[in-house]
Amino acid sequence: MEKILSVENLRVSFNTYAGEVRAVRGVDFNLHAGETLAFVGESGCGKTVTAKAIMRLLKEDIADIKKDSKIIYKGKDVLKMSKKELQAYRGDEVGMIFQDPMSSLNPTMTCGNQIMESLILHRDLDKKEARQEALKMLKLVKIPDAEKRLDSYPHELSGGMRQRIMIAIALACNPSVLIADEPTTALDVTIQAQIMDLLNELKHELNMAIILVTHDLGVVANFADKIQVMYAGQVIERGTIDEIFSAPKHPYTWALLKSVPKLSNENKQELYALEGTPPDLILPLKHCPFAKRCKYGMKICHEIMPDATNMTGSHEVSCWLMHPDAPKIEADFHEEVK
Amino acid sequence: MQSTENIKKKNDYLNKNSFDIVGVEDDFQEISRPRVSYYKDAWRRFKQNKVALFALFILFALIIFVVVPPILSSTTFNQIDKLSRNLKPCSDHLFGTDKLGRDLLLRVAVGGRVSIVIGIAGAFITSILGCIYGGISAYFGGRVDDIMMRIVEILICIPYLIIVILMSLILKSESIGTLILAMTITGWCGVARLVRGQILQIKSEEYILAAKAMGVSSFRIVTKYMIPNVIGIVIVQITFAIPGYIFGEAFLSYIGLGIQSPGTSWGALASSAQPMLAYHPYQLFFPSLMIALTMLSFTLVGDGLRDALDPKMRK
Amino acid sequence: MSENILEVKNLSKSFQVGKNLYLKAVDDVSFTIKKGETLGLVGESGCGKTTCGRTVLKLYEPTAGEIKFNGVNIEKLKGKNMLNFKKNAQMIFQDPTSSLNPRMTIFEIIAEGLNVHFNLSKEEKNKMVKEILFQVGLSDSFGNRFAHELSGGQKQRVGIARSLIVNPELIVCDEPISALDVSIQAQIVNLLIKLQKEKNLTYLFISHDLSMVKHISDRIGVMYLGSIFELATSEELFNNTLNPYTKALLSAIPDAEPNADKNNDRIKIKGEVPSPINQPKGCKFSTRCEYATEECHKSRPELVEAKPGHFVACHNYKQFL
Repeated sequence: MEKILSVENLRVSFNTYAGEVRAVRGVDFNLHAGETLAFVGESGCGKTVTAKAIMRLLKEDIADIKKDSKIIYKGKDVLKMSKKELQAYRGDEVGMIFQDPMSSLNPTMTCGNQIMESLILHRDLDKKEARQEALKMLKLVKIPDAEKRLDSYPHELSGGMRQRIMIAIALACNPSVLIADEPTTALDVTIQAQIMDLLNELKHELNMAIILVTHDLGVVANFADKIQVMYAGQVIERGTIDEIFSAPKHPYTWALLKSVPKLSNENKQELYALEGTPPDLILPLKHCPFAKRCKYGMKICHEIMPDATNMTGSHEVSCWLMHPDAPKIEADFHEEVK
Repeated sequence: MQSTENIKKKNDYLNKNSFDIVGVEDDFQEISRPRVSYYKDAWRRFKQNKVALFALFILFALIIFVVVPPILSSTTFNQIDKLSRNLKPCSDHLFGTDKLGRDLLLRVAVGGRVSIVIGIAGAFITSILGCIYGGISAYFGGRVDDIMMRIVEILICIPYLIIVILMSLILKSESIGTLILAMTITGWCGVARLVRGQILQIKSEEYILAAKAMGVSSFRIVTKYMIPNVIGIVIVQITFAIPGYIFGEAFLSYIGLGIQSPGTSWGALASSAQPMLAYHPYQLFFPSLMIALTMLSFTLVGDGLRDALDPKMRK
Repeated sequence: MSENILEVKNLSKSFQVGKNLYLKAVDDVSFTIKKGETLGLVGESGCGKTTCGRTVLKLYEPTAGEIKFNGVNIEKLKGKNMLNFKKNAQMIFQDPTSSLNPRMTIFEIIAEGLNVHFNLSKEEKNKMVKEILFQVGLSDSFGNRFAHELSGGQKQRVGIARSLIVNPELIVCDEPISALDVSIQAQIVNLLIKLQKEKNLTYLFISHDLSMVKHISDRIGVMYLGSIFELATSEELFNNTLNPYTKALLSAIPDAEPNADKNNDRIKIKGEVPSPINQPKGCKFSTRCEYATEECHKSRPELVEAKPGHFVACHNYKQFL
């Protein structure tokens, strides 16, 4: 599997009235063709900012991408692309679907036109050909009555349908990478299931790589190949689905998994809840950002940032507990996760 | 990506106690950023807008200009000096003199008082009236709202020039009071619509519902929940309305329906200077300059205020 | 034996959306809640659960039906009695941001209830607010802050404090955790459970998050297009489901356990929820139900007690017993 996207030392800051908010603090990862990588974390962890940075959608006057950050797509550095190259890159090579379909679709354009716009721009088709392609896309995303829907406006459709339209727009030019930013958060559970099924099918049919940004571990478990868990702008653990769900090593990952009430739990049993809130990203944080809330926090955790320890080829953790001198608490982990 | 400095630091920290478990720091939820109230925050945003800040400074200068010179001067604005008629701007008369030898600088200053007072009074009255009317209409909704808004729509259709003429004919006086009355009699309609729209929007916010669920009285809901959230818009509205009223007065005086002698306003000055434009252009120039400058400054300050008071602009 | 704190009988609520066009958000709904228990109300968007919660508190006027609070019909309540009802039946809202007045300090927001229902001195108010803040896990310093300075979880705690300070008996929780992060959700749910035990509160917990509802509720009602399709204890509902819609809903919950087999077991509902203005004749779910028979398309099933304490509205429930 070839590597199509490689991000190195991505650092993004926002200049606000209160100071410099460092939203992303050194994120790196690789994405291979056909692979699904999930960014998991809660609000403020930097996953959406990372996703937008890949598409170069961050407003230049507010967001400051630091100089030594690199986003390499098929050999070219996205951060150094010219306007023309960017236009070809966005939509044609990398597509994005957003969280709230109602506010991401243009309310004054018909759905057909919105899909066609992308095709005409990138594929150089004329209107008739573009309309045919758009129809094909609508059928691909399983919209009933596709012919009629080409001329419908977004407000005439339900949430699930609008999300399908967004997927159709994003996939119209057959991109190699699809970035899905919380694609199902705004949808009902049954529609969510339909959309995730659809994305699964499309993933295989079109051999796309997908970056899935979400906080919903349930969605991740049934859909992604690899996960990276983010906290306070950094990746604190990464690995395959099996590695993360069956043998998580970072206390935060474990807490996340434990916070979701399992159907097998006892009624009104106290949920494992992390106390406190994520740190304010204005603070420089030269130590582990999770130290303050960590049950196993050690002195060193409050003093210096942990290294990334490589467990197996794909499983990496940034935690002082991995240090040979640290107390062994693996047994605890497994007991409680069950 | 560890710098050598970092690695060195790490080794300094590693000692036998480093790996003792410390556990969770027992802190209650705290906020680390400094307290910032809505108005302080708005003022900070306003200050960042250099153009608006400059316009505010100009306004202050203007106010000082219309207040101070007439007080300090030895002559009055009405002092006729037959020997100094139609003088160009010189060291004695910085703005020149008019056809009766009256010092133009003083006349512009005094005229400015009238124009600005009319502008501010007009804007204030219509905004307050409009606020109350629109607020009541929106708060009660339903039929009350329908009827009240239909009335507004009819009033807006009446050209305000006709009303002004009618008023001055009916009241048979041409004082500042009449002028303000005539200009404001339908001026509040636009504000009413604006405020009604805002309040309708607020009505559907959940905190209003929460207050109702708690049993908070209607009066308190209006005063403590609705009005404070609308005040920003109203302040901006007032600021934008002022130039309109200044110009309105100038226009009316220009066509002879406004301030008459011995009183004067910028519009009246412009009106009497206009026939002599070819010979003494400076007589028209200074009042016009003042009108333009004041209107522009109020508009820019209004722009700045609107951006500063809009909570969504918060970065 | 705890009595029923809330009795809802044949409650309906319609909204007029056009000339002769009505949206029936709540359609002939009946349920009771015992003192100290938590009734969960689940369903997808448009099922009417939020409208139901608000109508029960008289925030909307019911179109039909009867609501009894502690045995008293609330329809005719006026003046002092109405105020008393508002004190005893509180609500926690979904969106922590829009449910707090942006121009009031946190102290003022929380103390508002005291202003309305009690006559207290400044010191007494200060004391009570401080105590409530402590109970919901916020430090004293929050009193002077404004809503926009707080995080989502903190704002929701303020919402809870606001309701709690007047010592209510019943709290309608309208999607109180949907807008929050997963780990904060756990914090808030634990807080709600703790407070319930300490103060013997009764909850009507409205949510679309089935796992959370199962966790916190004693009994659960499943709603679809304004009607209750199934009502039973949490255990019964999850283990002995009798309604096809409930079955489909339960199987759609993504379980945080990577399991390839589960996807094949999932019941895939086709199509979309019909418009609430033009509801299907017969059973509301008949257009999408894989077990639908001719009878389902013709007549609406009544809510019957299939087993003791387990109610279901379905013509074919017997095949699932």
